[in-house]
Amino acid sequence: MKFTEEHEWLDADGDVVTVGITEHAAEQLGDVVFVELPEVGTSVNKDDEVVVIESVKAASDILAPIDGEIVEVNEAIVEDPGKVNDDPQGAAWFFKIKAEDASQMDDLMDEAAYKDFIG
Amino acid sequence: MRTHRPERENWDVSEDDDGLKHTPLYDLHVSLGAKMVPFAGYDMPVQYPLGVLKEHQHTRAKAGLFDVSHMGQVVLRAKDPEAAKRALEALVPVDVLGLGEGRQRYAFFTNDHGGIEDDLMIANRGDHLFVVVNAACKAADIARMRAALEPEVTVKEITTRALLALQGPAAEAVLAEHYPNITNMKFMDVETLPLGGAECWVSRSGYTGEDGFEISVPEAAAVDLAKALLAHEDVEPIGLGARDSLRLEAGLCLYGHDIDSSTTPVSAQLTWAMQKVRRPGGDRAGGFPGADEIFSELAESCAQKRVGLRPDGRAPMREGVEIFASEEGGEAVGRVTSGGFGPTVGGPVAMGYVSSALATEGTQLYGEVRGKRLLVTVAKLPFVPQGFKR
Repeated sequence: MKFTEEHEWLDADGDVVTVGITEHAAEQLGDVVFVELPEVGTSVNKDDEVVVIESVKAASDILAPIDGEIVEVNEAIVEDPGKVNDDPQGAAWFFKIKAEDASQMDDLMDEAAYKDFIG
Repeated sequence: MRTHRPERENWDVSEDDDGLKHTPLYDLHVSLGAKMVPFAGYDMPVQYPLGVLKEHQHTRAKAGLFDVSHMGQVVLRAKDPEAAKRALEALVPVDVLGLGEGRQRYAFFTNDHGGIEDDLMIANRGDHLFVVVNAACKAADIARMRAALEPEVTVKEITTRALLALQGPAAEAVLAEHYPNITNMKFMDVETLPLGGAECWVSRSGYTGEDGFEISVPEAAAVDLAKALLAHEDVEPIGLGARDSLRLEAGLCLYGHDIDSSTTPVSAQLTWAMQKVRRPGGDRAGGFPGADEIFSELAESCAQKRVGLRPDGRAPMREGVEIFASEEGGEAVGRVTSGGFGPTVGGPVAMGYVSSALATEGTQLYGEVRGKRLLVTVAKLPFVPQGFKR
């Protein structure tokens, strides 16, 4: 699993990468009450705003961590946004993206580096 | 993930962390694991480890303890108590003379244009009036009262007392363990009671829509009283985050957001707080700032009205969201002044101002969220039934 400075995790299976937010991010957000996911088939560029997530406190965007095409989204977290707080690094993944250039992930942090990053 | 700070989150005002004041309960908040944020010059708990959502639900189900010591507590005293009441009527469109001993009433200071300078509670405590005002407005409120009331009436800010609120359906039972006769108090009654070994000024009121009490306690006894209340299994500490969602569901205005110096009591739909005696035809009609403007609005209506707004979808409509009459085009017909997720409602709730012609319950409008116009329906306030013990 790889991590971004924007507190997203990426889990690659071949060229399909599952993306979610970290436990740290979920904790900082507080109770999540609304999630809006992109449409399957959308082509996105790195840093595009692809997901809207609202907690009791604030609205946040999840940015596309890499270039690619959205191939699957997790409708379960739209139905029950609280799942994002319960299991952010497991069942509450956000979307799967087919990477255009997997080397874009090379510079991302591993788990140890991410732990250092969040202190 | 990139988090946008809500445009004007009420507990997240931009202030330096330096020079923030602490309430007498500060150390207790920190020891309970509270997340502290600057609010109106104070370092205040926005949430505890339970989190905003569960704190909200706990308050509706059982009881929540809030530290509201940042609010201004002011005693108005004159040789003749009637003189203090009469004098205060010059600042508020409310029947203060008719406020019985041991009773409290909601009021607001108005300005010369009929706008609202702050909202407040006025309690008749026999030989004096006890006034509670908003933290952010307290310096201006005290200056306003001093200018208008002194020297006949002394205006004394009480800085040696904390203010706690115990809110929720279990609040009465919890306090009854300390003072059994608390059950005799009715909504908006005020009494002096011994709680935690100290002389407390207690009112049966609050800002959550639930039954509950506000307790002014000497600061030396405040922490012990708070700890004693928190020791009850039904009581959890509640932060400003849940305080905001609770009051929003209860349809209660937040000063500086839902009401301010540009909104009048008529547009804010708060005329229920203006008793007949202060209205046209009443024995003491007028005599407060902006009476002419307010009376003309009472007679002829006003351009905009405050309404409840229930987004049809799941997306919260927060403060600043513009309201439109149609899905495309046209000018905004209103805006959201408070909005978010209502945990008890189980969906988004908001309030705001819309053109009076569109203020009828059931009117379908559109709120523009992230460039998309989403359906929102004008709804009855409050969003949740009131739990007051009348």
